[in-house]
Amino acid sequence: MSELFSWWQYEFMRVALGAVVLLVPLLALLGTLVVNNRMSFFSDALGHSALTGVAIGVVAGVSDYRWVMLVFAVVFALLMNRIRRSRLASTDTVIGVFSSVGVALGLTLLSRNGNLANYQSLLVGDVLSITRGELWLLAVALMGTVAVWLVCFNGFHAVSVSPSIARSKGIPVGLMDNLFVVLVAVVVMLAIRWVGLLLINAMLILPAAASRNVARSMRSFHVLAVVFGLFAGVLGLTLSYYNGVATGPTIILVLAAVFFGTFLLRKR
Amino acid sequence: MSTCGLHCLKINHITVRVGGQPLVEDVSLHAHCGEITAFIGRNGAGKSTLFKAILGELSHEGEVVFSGHDGIPAKKKPRIGYVPQSLNIDPGTPATVLDLAVTYTSRWPAFLPIPRRLRREIEAHFAKFNAAGLLDKPAGRLSGGELQRVLLAIATRPHPDMLILDEPVSGVDESGLQQVYALLEQLRLEDMVILLISHDLQYVRRHADRVVLLDRKVLAKGSPADVFASEAFRTAFPMGGDRHE
Repeated sequence: MSELFSWWQYEFMRVALGAVVLLVPLLALLGTLVVNNRMSFFSDALGHSALTGVAIGVVAGVSDYRWVMLVFAVVFALLMNRIRRSRLASTDTVIGVFSSVGVALGLTLLSRNGNLANYQSLLVGDVLSITRGELWLLAVALMGTVAVWLVCFNGFHAVSVSPSIARSKGIPVGLMDNLFVVLVAVVVMLAIRWVGLLLINAMLILPAAASRNVARSMRSFHVLAVVFGLFAGVLGLTLSYYNGVATGPTIILVLAAVFFGTFLLRKR
Repeated sequence: MSTCGLHCLKINHITVRVGGQPLVEDVSLHAHCGEITAFIGRNGAGKSTLFKAILGELSHEGEVVFSGHDGIPAKKKPRIGYVPQSLNIDPGTPATVLDLAVTYTSRWPAFLPIPRRLRREIEAHFAKFNAAGLLDKPAGRLSGGELQRVLLAIATRPHPDMLILDEPVSGVDESGLQQVYALLEQLRLEDMVILLISHDLQYVRRHADRVVLLDRKVLAKGSPADVFASEAFRTAFPMGGDRHE
């Protein structure tokens, strides 16, 4: 038994556990409405925009490019949302175009002078690289998201079911719609350095998608998404330690197993 | 006559253009509290568009004014209950009918455990619409008639000054429609302006207080007897009072 917990003696593993316990529920919570609103393609495109955000930061010579990445993602999300709402073109096409531009522009700018390899961590991330100080940042982000959820969940949900009924009830439809994508943009950009843009969307979507297979109310939907996320996070971290493989992808694989398991049990 | 605070809805010269084309043109009318004002007309006549303009969802020319008994525009924003023509709720959504009711009619976050008192209040309200038994059903698995009753219950909590009901063209069977009409008769007594788009001309003839025949413009308006006797009505509905146009 003590063998199983031998990783506890390492500071970086204890910090990583803290990160997983904060980060996975944070993404799982947001993921519930991303999944319910059929916005997984949207959040995927948003993740890809991180490349362009970083590239702009690098080209502009900004020392901490994370801020540029964050601001760019928020602008990108609002713009994408606006076009999505205007119904000028089909939603998935618009998002596909945005996603491709986000990746292509980012790669073009970052590949100048053959420096692309320096930015590999952006693609795959590393949960184990998190510091104790950054745990606080994650804790604040989790509390902030829970606070927004408490105040705005009904608005978000009302708009997603029917914008017309929401408007008749006096809910500010445009504000709610934009606030939600900005919240997703901020959290995704915060998490991307530890998860990587290739996998961030999986971590956002999978806990909620698994939960949706079996949940029978908004309460069980939320509780199960967080429980599945925590289970996969802790198990994935442990498995990755003993097998000497990357942590983020291991967590995603556990989440995928949970998804397929619940899919077989799904309510029908 | 009723004594509600917001006595009258005045629609003055409403025009809605989409891509330069007027879908609704220069519509003016008054609707009163405690009365059912029914809108009839062929499909595509602009009835739903007019309703969306009244709701503020579509930009329009002209104005929509609520006024009290004295005719002075009301200061407070009117409460609106809206039942859309159709609502495609994702069949896979985990939301129950209770979750929808909490979402739209309370401040309590619908993802938290719902306090007993709130549930009882919602149950009591839904019971009036013969929908209390639906509260724990998945919202995406309701029949057309059940969904209508649920939407009507949501639209009337809290008590609205104006109820806007866009009757579904299909998907609700005859007994479902009759239930909705019976509920409207009750609601009419509860001091609210009721606007109804209906495809059931028999019902409109018997129960509406005022009728507006619309085809982009107002072709005829007034009491059901007047409108049904008008030339414009005979042209629009050569078959007369059959249920479907």
